[in-house]
Amino acid sequence: MAAKDALGRRGEAIAARHLVRAGLTIVERNWRCVHGEIDLVARDREELVFVEVKTRSSVAYGHPLEAITPRKLARLRRLAGAWCLAHPAEHGQIRIDAVAVIAPRTGEIEVEHLERVF
Amino acid sequence: MGIGRTWSVSLLGLRGAVVEIEADLSSGLPGFVLIGLPDAALGEAKDRVRSAATNSGCGLPARKITVNLSPAALPKQGSGFDLAIAVAALAAAETVSTESIGRVLHLGELGLDGRLRPIDGILPAVLAASRAGFETVMVPVGNADEAALVPGVRVIPVASLRDAVIWHGGEFEPEVIEPILRAAPPSVDDREPDLSDIVGSADAVEAMLVAAAGGHHVFLLGPPGAGKTMLASRLPGLLPDLDADAALEVSSLRSLAGMPVGAALSSRPPFEAPHHTATAASLVGGGSGQIRPGAAARASHGVLFLDEAPEFPSSVLDALRQPLESGVISIHRANAVAHFPGRFQLVMAANPCPCGQYGARDSECTCPPHSRRRYVGRLSGPLLDRIDIQFRVQRITAAQLRMSSESAQMTSAEARARVAAARSVAAERLAGTPWALNSQVPGSWLRGPGVRLGASVTASLDRALERGGITMRGYDRVLRVAWSIADLAGAQRPDEEHVGQALYLRRAIST
Repeated sequence: MAAKDALGRRGEAIAARHLVRAGLTIVERNWRCVHGEIDLVARDREELVFVEVKTRSSVAYGHPLEAITPRKLARLRRLAGAWCLAHPAEHGQIRIDAVAVIAPRTGEIEVEHLERVF
Repeated sequence: MGIGRTWSVSLLGLRGAVVEIEADLSSGLPGFVLIGLPDAALGEAKDRVRSAATNSGCGLPARKITVNLSPAALPKQGSGFDLAIAVAALAAAETVSTESIGRVLHLGELGLDGRLRPIDGILPAVLAASRAGFETVMVPVGNADEAALVPGVRVIPVASLRDAVIWHGGEFEPEVIEPILRAAPPSVDDREPDLSDIVGSADAVEAMLVAAAGGHHVFLLGPPGAGKTMLASRLPGLLPDLDADAALEVSSLRSLAGMPVGAALSSRPPFEAPHHTATAASLVGGGSGQIRPGAAARASHGVLFLDEAPEFPSSVLDALRQPLESGVISIHRANAVAHFPGRFQLVMAANPCPCGQYGARDSECTCPPHSRRRYVGRLSGPLLDRIDIQFRVQRITAAQLRMSSESAQMTSAEARARVAAARSVAAERLAGTPWALNSQVPGSWLRGPGVRLGASVTASLDRALERGGITMRGYDRVLRVAWSIADLAGAQRPDEEHVGQALYLRRAIST
């Protein structure tokens, strides 16, 4: 596995822990379909939350949130639709969140969670 | 997360409107949205502001920043809002004090390194801020001199965004940087050409004095080498110094046109001499996007000289009719109307025919009569109708040259003193009326009770009217010039001689 994929896995794990600590329940991780992959699907009370996790080891090449482009968000929206189709039993409102993880090799890990980014 | 709010100025013509700049920091993906009808240059402000903030060491947070320029319906142009947008965004991010920026109006363009660049039109912008009640204005160091010309405003010159942030309570260490200054204005010879350079044409000099005293427009007709350009360029030197308001307006127009203004207001009337290839837009003002003043607006309170007037396209000349009538230049666009002052004194010069020799004593004209007629006919009747003094200039002869070298010449300073005296007499007579100069007075007032001249005085004029030599409007123009001549001569009211002289100054064109 390439180093960047390992970092991504680590970031997703950190993000999931962060969300659980914030009171969300993780429904599914790394759900895949033909359109791509959803990093995390969680439930926050009545709402179903689709989460894009972006991890970077430093901000030398910009903040991780800056790397979430409108195109990526549009894809996430399509994926959310696909997920709902595949899980007709789930009802309620949905929202799309973004989580930035700055995880340097050594030192403090920073997590930022933005709700309703789309 | 908060809202930062500050102020800037949007210029439309010479009038400035105060614009409120609000920045909102919301928890969205990082982005910068600028709304409120910005043009292309202003739309690029978001990239300049982000880079400048980062490079000044006070970067914007990785959040969604929405900046609104209100009133949102007013179109806004240019790069002068950069500083205001940057401090509003930084206030939203709580880097600077929201209260501090709310009291200050900000003007200036940001460089990517965070330094502030001087902008055009700072003088009218600061003036607008002062009229809107702002006491403190932050400007780039390169504009500090110009901004300080507006009385009653505290000017804070800053070299960079970092300096601005520190002034507003941001906790940063000051950094010494080299400020961006305006290129020094080329050292111009500001001495006005002197009247004493003109030899021989005593009556032409007298005509220019009358024009200066009454503020009359002038049309000079004469062969090449008769000294038309010389005479016209001496007219600003005969005009009295500008008062404070006029000087501020003249400098504001220069500032708006991107010309150097300097550290002191110039109190001398401007002189503009556009070439005859000038377009209507260059003469009265215009341009896409930002509307800039043209030569006629820059000549406001001074002299607009059109040499070789028949060579100007007639559409260009006729564009001057509105400002000649109203003293205001209005430029209409689909989304706005810009007004510039247009109270200039027009001097037109022309050759009497294409070869230029018609009417000269010493040479023969080779033009057929119809081409001669057509040449001066290019100047439209309505335009010539607005010109009080129409005067024929002749080349001087060897005898005149010899004679004139013996007699002393009048200098511009002496002439200006005479003009000032005449103008003060006119101002006293016109006190309580909306006019200050003889050229502004309508004919009905001159023919009205109290100022009406006796029948014996206007006899020659009445005869010309009866014969159809002049129109009623021409009659009024002669009356106006006669009053100016009388003011210059120190007479209480015009007598027969003054009226005769005025009639003579009207009758240059007899083609």
